[in-house]
Amino acid sequence: MKIERYEEIFLGLSAVVLILFLNALLYAGLAMNLRVPGVAGMIDPAKVRETPPFDHPGLHQIAPGKYQAVIIGKAWSFTPKTIEIPAGSEVTFLATSVDIDHGFYVDGTRINLMLVPGQISRTTYRFDKPGTHLLLCHEYCGLGHQFMYGKIVVNKTVVK
Amino acid sequence: MSTPIVSSPQAYELAANERSFVKWNIYFGFAVLSVGVLHGLRQALNYAGVDTMNSIPGMHGYYQGLTVHGVFNALVLTSAFANGFMALTTARGFNRKLNPALLQAALWTLLLGSVMASYAIFSNQASVLYTFYPPLQAHWTFYLGLALVVISTWLTSFALFAAHYGWRREHPGERIPLLAYMSLVTYWMWDIASLGIAIEVVVLLLPWSLGLIHGSDPLLSRTLFWYTGHPIVYFWLLPVYVSWYGMVPKQAGGKLFSDPLTRVAFLMFLCLSIPVGFHHQFSDPGISPTFKFIAAALTFGVFFPSLMTAFSVMYALEIGGRKNGGSGLIGWFFKIPWRDPSLSAQVLAMIGFLLGGATGLINASYSINQVVHNTAFIPGHFHLTVGTAVVLSYMGIAYWLVPYLQDRTLWSPGLARLQGWLYFVGVMFLSHGLMSGGLRGMPRRTMMARAAYAKFEPSWHVPGLMTGFGGIVMFIAVMLFFLIIIMTAFFGEKRAAEDLPLTETIRPPDNRGWQIGLDNFGYWIAITVALIVMAYGPFIVTYMPPKLTSPGFQAF
Repeated sequence: MKIERYEEIFLGLSAVVLILFLNALLYAGLAMNLRVPGVAGMIDPAKVRETPPFDHPGLHQIAPGKYQAVIIGKAWSFTPKTIEIPAGSEVTFLATSVDIDHGFYVDGTRINLMLVPGQISRTTYRFDKPGTHLLLCHEYCGLGHQFMYGKIVVNKTVVK
Repeated sequence: MSTPIVSSPQAYELAANERSFVKWNIYFGFAVLSVGVLHGLRQALNYAGVDTMNSIPGMHGYYQGLTVHGVFNALVLTSAFANGFMALTTARGFNRKLNPALLQAALWTLLLGSVMASYAIFSNQASVLYTFYPPLQAHWTFYLGLALVVISTWLTSFALFAAHYGWRREHPGERIPLLAYMSLVTYWMWDIASLGIAIEVVVLLLPWSLGLIHGSDPLLSRTLFWYTGHPIVYFWLLPVYVSWYGMVPKQAGGKLFSDPLTRVAFLMFLCLSIPVGFHHQFSDPGISPTFKFIAAALTFGVFFPSLMTAFSVMYALEIGGRKNGGSGLIGWFFKIPWRDPSLSAQVLAMIGFLLGGATGLINASYSINQVVHNTAFIPGHFHLTVGTAVVLSYMGIAYWLVPYLQDRTLWSPGLARLQGWLYFVGVMFLSHGLMSGGLRGMPRRTMMARAAYAKFEPSWHVPGLMTGFGGIVMFIAVMLFFLIIIMTAFFGEKRAAEDLPLTETIRPPDNRGWQIGLDNFGYWIAITVALIVMAYGPFIVTYMPPKLTSPGFQAF
């Protein structure tokens, strides 16, 4: 039957397309370093403010053009609420929650983390263009969830 | 040549207690949906900037309504529909009575569980959404209620498995009738899949909400939830696939192409639905990117049987369309019996699912997920899958099922036809609004009408309006659906009893050779468990014991 030939072609093409897509993701992960967040350590949620680096939340320069942003999520705010960096900066975000699950999403970037009590979330991103990005909590965290946000301001001053 | 998909194509009468079980489940599910969609409308309006959340007496705002919407529509409706519909298809497939005590127990457990969870939600002690991530803590009746809903699906499954066992003893060497086969695989998959949520609720959350243990483990709870939370979408979808494979071909005037291909597709769902839950946790800390990538790869695998389904169902529709004089490469598509409201609703549901599947593949795509995770893109996606493929198919199925159960003709087929189209148009606007907003950074599960930061993002305005408009149209369509169903049940014209619309297959099952192995569920369950151990074992082994460090918060 002709239909059996079509069946083979359809299923073969389906498999080829899926395998191609998957390999594209694998290539992006291995060759272009486009990966999802992983393991960055655990923390006692009751002692976040006493545990380094969360005892000093804020932006810390670690090398020219390189920063570490230590951010604490709590219902319903981020600490600090705003960070300012020069364009071209590479920022490693370290964040956690002291109470319930929160989201950590920076509009217009691929920074997209969950903050889960007891776990440290980490990601690194390079901000090339000047402008202001919203930092949003995008996981439901109670009545005031819609008020929980911050800002990342990328200034025109170029990294030296 | 054609082969039936049930053991006795002629002469079937549904036992009175089974008819009552099916009716109760289906009607209870739709009653629950009526409450769920009321809150859905309010959420859609909220995206458009209209805050109606304090306008219903006794309700405490947006997130309580959002919890009602998720729990009622995605957990209770779907469980009730699957219980009722799969009991019917199993009984019909084997031509055999199901254990009445198990059915009775399943129904009462479902009702009791739903009442308990509703009590917790409506008394504002459980605004934790349908994912109920700890350390947000709900009242214990919420957790126990949900556990009972899951147990009702297990009790139903025991009735199905007992029928299989009894039939097998009387029919050694025979192939399982295809209609029963699909239903059984659906529940085997679900029983294994639901263990995650059952362990999470019974071992971790229920004792914690009762104060017996003092902490919760947020990451382990999320992992157990998503162990069940992904395959649950196949528990929603597979009963609909039973209709798409087993009934839609007949309604279209065609036939199902291949019995063995159908069985292989269902077995792939059994084996591959479960070990993929980590793809919901791509953004979670504490889980290795390697485990996440394995989940992505397996998710691409479980996409395959849906592509097989697309082939089989489209071919069945094509046979029907060509029989009606349709010709050319796509001309047949316009000649399928679009006038049948049951068929047109389900074909529209399939079209929605093409988009739902494609957007699902985007979400499953590892690093690409970083662009959309927890944005409004996600509800945009799943209103195309569960909100269209599943629910619009439920409505299409109801257009023959309610007449079947009541022995009455469908009231106003014309209005029913319009209803399916209206819903389809509504959900297209809603999903487009949500997805385009999500791609511009609009978050999901957030009270956008009051969001402190919405003023900084004017690009969310139009997507929000589209979402609101789509939600209004969907709501009108669902109300129309209830009108048609109620009018049919009470005022439809009396008619003689009719059978289910059952297709036949062109390529029959083989009584010899490799195909016999398809009916031996033991092998496939072993493969399923092996894949689960492979996907979850390394994480569980390295993570254990649970870290019960988080006290409960009632931030609602």
